[in-house]
Amino acid sequence: MKTRRSFIKALTLSASLAAMGSVSTFAQAADTIKVGVLHSLSGTMAISETALKNVALMAIDEINAAGGVMGKQLEPVVVDPASNWPLFAEKARQLLSQDKVAVTFGCWTSVSRKSVNPVFKELNGLLFYPVQYEGEELEKNVFYTGAAPNQQAIPAVEYLMSKDGGEAKRFVLLGTDYVYPRTTNKILRAFLHSKGVKDEDIMEEYTPFGHSDYQTIIANIKKFAAAGKKTAVVSTINGDSNVPFYKELGNAGLKATDVPVVAFSVGEEELRGVDAKPLVGHLAAWNYFMSVKNPTNAAFIKKYQDWAKKNGVPNADTVVTNDPMEATYVGIYMWKQAVEQAKTTDVDAVIAALGGQTFKAPSGFTLTMDKTNHHLHKPVLIGEVRADGQFSTVWKTKAPIRAQPWSPYIAGNEAKQNM
Amino acid sequence: MPLSVPHLLRVFLLAVCCTLGSAHAAPSAETLARLADDDSDTRIAAIAELGAEGSAQSVALLDALADEALALTGSGRLVILTDTGALDAASGEAIEPYPDDADPLMINNRVRNALQSAKAATNIRASDRGTRLAAAQLLRDSASELLMPILEPALATEQDKEIRSILALAVARVNLASAEPAKRILAAQRLGDSSDASVKATLAALLDKDANGQFVEPDAEVRAAAKGSMQSIERRLAMADLASTAFTGLSLGSILLLAALGLAITYGVMGVINMAHGELLMVGAYATYVVQGLFRSYLPDYVDSYVLAAVPVAFLAAAAVGMLMERTVIRWLYGRPLETLLATWGLSLVLIQTARVIFGPQNVEVANPAWMSGGVSTYADIVLPWNRLVIIGFAIFVLLLVWLMMQKTRLGMFVRAVTQNRAMAGCVGVPTARIDTLAFGIGAGIAGLGGCALSQVANVGPAMGQGYIVDSFMVVVLGGVGQLAGAVTAAMGLGLMTKILEGWAGAVVAKILVLVFIIIFIQKRPQGLFALKGRFVED
Repeated sequence: MKTRRSFIKALTLSASLAAMGSVSTFAQAADTIKVGVLHSLSGTMAISETALKNVALMAIDEINAAGGVMGKQLEPVVVDPASNWPLFAEKARQLLSQDKVAVTFGCWTSVSRKSVNPVFKELNGLLFYPVQYEGEELEKNVFYTGAAPNQQAIPAVEYLMSKDGGEAKRFVLLGTDYVYPRTTNKILRAFLHSKGVKDEDIMEEYTPFGHSDYQTIIANIKKFAAAGKKTAVVSTINGDSNVPFYKELGNAGLKATDVPVVAFSVGEEELRGVDAKPLVGHLAAWNYFMSVKNPTNAAFIKKYQDWAKKNGVPNADTVVTNDPMEATYVGIYMWKQAVEQAKTTDVDAVIAALGGQTFKAPSGFTLTMDKTNHHLHKPVLIGEVRADGQFSTVWKTKAPIRAQPWSPYIAGNEAKQNM
Repeated sequence: MPLSVPHLLRVFLLAVCCTLGSAHAAPSAETLARLADDDSDTRIAAIAELGAEGSAQSVALLDALADEALALTGSGRLVILTDTGALDAASGEAIEPYPDDADPLMINNRVRNALQSAKAATNIRASDRGTRLAAAQLLRDSASELLMPILEPALATEQDKEIRSILALAVARVNLASAEPAKRILAAQRLGDSSDASVKATLAALLDKDANGQFVEPDAEVRAAAKGSMQSIERRLAMADLASTAFTGLSLGSILLLAALGLAITYGVMGVINMAHGELLMVGAYATYVVQGLFRSYLPDYVDSYVLAAVPVAFLAAAAVGMLMERTVIRWLYGRPLETLLATWGLSLVLIQTARVIFGPQNVEVANPAWMSGGVSTYADIVLPWNRLVIIGFAIFVLLLVWLMMQKTRLGMFVRAVTQNRAMAGCVGVPTARIDTLAFGIGAGIAGLGGCALSQVANVGPAMGQGYIVDSFMVVVLGGVGQLAGAVTAAMGLGLMTKILEGWAGAVVAKILVLVFIIIFIQKRPQGLFALKGRFVED
């Protein structure tokens, strides 16, 4: 049964892909720079990744309208790896060896990034990865524009333990079963130990991708929370499972004032499909919120909404922006700046030029690409869900902080702290 | 539960004492300014003062803050934003023109907690029973010595039995720390009526010994009472646990049943291995989505009843697709199971792609109507979500429908006849070809009903059916081909088993164990739980 199912799944996916094909646009001019966009447009991750493809295309349109990069127009090559991890590697290979893209923007889940890493290494490609992740990795060919654990997970848990965060003493670590949640929870467990939280006050639970029945887990959380100490949930659930999870949470009457849930992969886009009223007060930690007020962000939101309307994105009048979209946008512009500085799209030259690039991001901060570790210096924002599905910032750092891709809370990383 | 609440109430009660003299003065400008302060402690103190004062205007201010309708203008004036305009927070007078630069004050969970406590202390004197009940529950969860001046008078004047018992529990919880042993014994006995795990934790703490080997609770009688109460809470919690596992299992079982019932007819009756069954569920779910959209645009006043309208639409849409499939493809392949399998699988790809083209590759949002949101709180604080209750009821309804159709109608009789012996049924004049189409259509329609139900709990997307096809076949094969009773037993059994295993080993392991169980079961009993007597199986 199991094998038949995965066999069927694989066949379905490949067949549907064959039908969709790669949506590569025809060559606009003889001399263009090809840019790969590698995001799942179907399957369980489509809820999160489709918007990243959109914002990449928007940024490319914007750059082209302003004269392109070194006088050349950018030509996007969009492929759909369909939430299928091996397919990510296949599509990456296609982008690099067949379409010969100069740079690729893509991936959401760590498992997809892990699956394309060897390809980018082998063919010396360049990947911009725009999503917060677990760290424990530093590839020469990858630039990480999302948050490392010390730029998201650790500050979020510190907030929960603070007075304003409710002084939580017991933690439920809940995630989808793959590398990112497992590693993040390993780091968090070590961090909690260092803060004096004992193992009996930590509950760890995992669900498969696409899981849709959260009754048992919510009941377990309730039981765990009833032991007398203030309890908080740290959710690393990814993809469309978040919709049934939050629906169940709302229906079961688990309120944020009793047991707050802080999520690392839930943003404005994921909450579009949920009635946010019962979820008011639950938290998310990111480096950007759509609700941040500054002129750069207002312009960014306006540009995206206009682009969505013009390009017929479904439900264009309600599109939202979120953190990984901002990270994608920042990544594209940093790449452009680096290419212009290096005066070539040659991967090694661009990698050398990327360190130290700065960009005024919609979060209101000027972000810097670290000179050595391929990560951005990012501010940390913690927000509470509002009834309209947006977040109100309840805590933020004063300045961007440097990423620690090798978490000091994992044994064996002591020597790598300067990277 | 929330440990911070007693602290907030301390602030609150401090405020009660401070403002006792000036019970009905309007909120001062200074208090208002503190309400908009950056520091949460300052704001919480201001909230407590307003709550203690309890004038209508203060309550309105607190409500506005809780709804994030209290806003600060550019010039530093506090205003309350309403649907129609803006009011000055200090005077309550309307402001003209509307202040466009008003920025709502944000609140965090701590401030929200303070607001709730302030409201609960006011609401416990409200005339509406529901308001009082909610307030009492909140006070019970945060009971402390400081609350006694509110709790005791409330208990003395309260008439409603349920609220009284909640307040009594709250008082008992506080009295557990009383200096008089007699009061403590009474409190410990009283707490035996609780079904709150945190009360159990409090009682258990009394039985512990401190560092010197002395009991935390010096009085042996109190300890005995605490022990007795603890046992009765434990019993109640164990019962509650069992009941909630049974409910979640039943709920999952009803979803499995709805997903598999259609297949039980097409596979069971006609022996068609329909790999596109999951996609028929998807058709039903998308039909629900379309009906929801139509209601939203044309009948916005009745949008909450869209689900009722979606039921027949989902049935008809899926039945039409099913009959089309039968007429165009499946009927040419009867008796060739392998070809049927491949052809229906091809059809499933066609259907997925069609949905993708029409509705886009992303999941679509199907909202629960208001009457299916939330849950009903039952015994020992178990919350039964309405959407799941409705789906269990719906599963029973569909089951009854199918049973009536199969047992009581002429069509059902023909279908049964064809199942048992196609050739003989044909000989006695049953139009087997037409029966096939109709039976397949009905099976598909029931799958559509399943899809309609699934749209209320799961994600609706083009590939959603893929996740249910294996589960559906599992139910049908386990239950025994062609048997309604088998399908019901298997669905409920699998639902309960999954939930029991999930609670014990987690979702990932539970899934594996269920599959292992089915493999072993089918090895031992290939015909399933209920075997049909006849010559059907070798078809």
